[in-house]
Amino acid sequence: MSDLTRSVGIVQAQTAVFDTPLHLSSAAVLPTYQLCFETYGTLNAARSNAILICHALSGHHHVAGRYAADDKAAGWWDNMVGPGKPIDTNRFFVVGVNNLGGCHGSTGPSSINPATGQPWGSTFPVVTVPDWVRSQARLADRLGIARWAAIIGGSLGGMQALQWSIDYPERVAHALVIASAPKLSAQNIAFNDVARQAILTDPDFHGGDFYAQDAIPRRGLRLARMLGHITYLSDDGMGEKFGRMLKSGDYQFGFEVEFEIESYLRYQGDKFSDYFDANTYLLMTKALDYFDPAKDLNDDIVAALKKATARFMVASFTSDWRFSPERSREIVKALVAADKEVVYGEIESVHGHDAFLMLDEPYVNLMRAYLNRVAEEVTA
Amino acid sequence: MSATNTLRADLQLIADWVAPSSRVLDLGCGDGALLSWLNRHKAVRGYGVDFDVNNVVRCVEAGVNAIQGNLETGLAEFEDQRFDHVVLSQTIQAMHNTEQILVEMLRVGREAIVTFPNFGYWENRWQILQGHMPVSETIPYEWYNTPNIHWCMLGDFEALCAKNGIRVLERVVMNEEKRIHFLPNLRGSLAFYRVARQPG
Repeated sequence: MSDLTRSVGIVQAQTAVFDTPLHLSSAAVLPTYQLCFETYGTLNAARSNAILICHALSGHHHVAGRYAADDKAAGWWDNMVGPGKPIDTNRFFVVGVNNLGGCHGSTGPSSINPATGQPWGSTFPVVTVPDWVRSQARLADRLGIARWAAIIGGSLGGMQALQWSIDYPERVAHALVIASAPKLSAQNIAFNDVARQAILTDPDFHGGDFYAQDAIPRRGLRLARMLGHITYLSDDGMGEKFGRMLKSGDYQFGFEVEFEIESYLRYQGDKFSDYFDANTYLLMTKALDYFDPAKDLNDDIVAALKKATARFMVASFTSDWRFSPERSREIVKALVAADKEVVYGEIESVHGHDAFLMLDEPYVNLMRAYLNRVAEEVTA
Repeated sequence: MSATNTLRADLQLIADWVAPSSRVLDLGCGDGALLSWLNRHKAVRGYGVDFDVNNVVRCVEAGVNAIQGNLETGLAEFEDQRFDHVVLSQTIQAMHNTEQILVEMLRVGREAIVTFPNFGYWENRWQILQGHMPVSETIPYEWYNTPNIHWCMLGDFEALCAKNGIRVLERVVMNEEKRIHFLPNLRGSLAFYRVARQPG
């Protein structure tokens, strides 16, 4: 899988510290904050070839490459970002960023609040997609990027790309919105709340201030991730991979792990609870729930998108039931009604919502073709 | 590839009907050749629609905005009277919901341009007389693998238009890149219609 010749190679995270207060949607103010980010490729002299990659729910800035030669896993979108890959680092300067509220180096609930000397914990303010976009715009200023050649994201990342195109129209040439939605459905919010309840009711959660208690709400995180994981895969994809396979060959008539799918989900849940912060999970799912760019415009998403000047690529995946193609078509419909340029691809895939991280051939071809278009404009 | 300056003759005829700077929706747009040409030569704005993701990719390569979609389920993505021209080129004979698409085209567009192989062409009739389903340049399939299910001749299409309150603005019949004026339904292999909703 790892084609090192086409990898961005060994990478290093950077940190940008901001001491201008950031006013958040909730009316709270972050007096200072830092964003953790990575860059790949070279910013050209005209500073016109920069691409921002926005991360999804449990994501971060480590998009491509490895931290050390013996690193087992590469960045989360390494198959899409690198030399000669669709998001070609020979042509583009690619920036990955960890969002505010995150737990991978950007200021978040596990960071120390300078005012108290304690972790923010339960006092960390709720952040929204527009808040993230504003914080990312400051990072762009810092990097000297007046206008992104493209902003790309899947799922929650796609929402950020959409919000960018509305809030900073002059700063976005292309927005690629993949496996996303114009806002969550009730079912989506319901899933998120079950995940949050798993965390909130874990006795080790301590109202969000577990850091000082030497505790981690592992059980809650694990359940949240198991639930999430089920919704990110499709029934067919799961059936193909696991079916009803048993670990020991026959029924044990108990409640220990018997089916391979149980083993897989528990493994994923455990792994997640080792590296992800419970408060961050709560914040990120809330940001998903709150996302609604048309809320202050009488639910008129067309009016919201009218402001955009970017050109759009929207993509969805047939087996994605968490963010189904119908949801992407809502975005397309609104973009057409708002008289925007848009390309839409509905990719045949068994990989469910996670397909945006996979390499289904038509998807890669579409990304490559679209980004070639972007690259031609950059060099022109 | 599609960025050549010459268009296939049948697409050129359609292009001639499209007003400069207008909004065009090209249904079943294939590789986007028509829209690509219209973008460059007539500053037209618009979208292609195609069922096949590979065609969407080819459109993107040709610089055309394409939206993947199934025409059989209608044109729900598009609001009423959004376009000046809606094009359906050599596709209507392969559709299940033939009547619905015609009506939908004139819901989302001011004018529709429809082209189809004329089943009344004498060579087709001749092959039927000989006891076979026609196979020709404009109908390049055998009966068992054809995607074409709704054959019609000029009069049939015009009757369907009349039934739906649609007016024929212009009709051209061609045969191997030549316009046919005399006995078009017999001598023409390809029919081109420019239609609009009857006023009132």
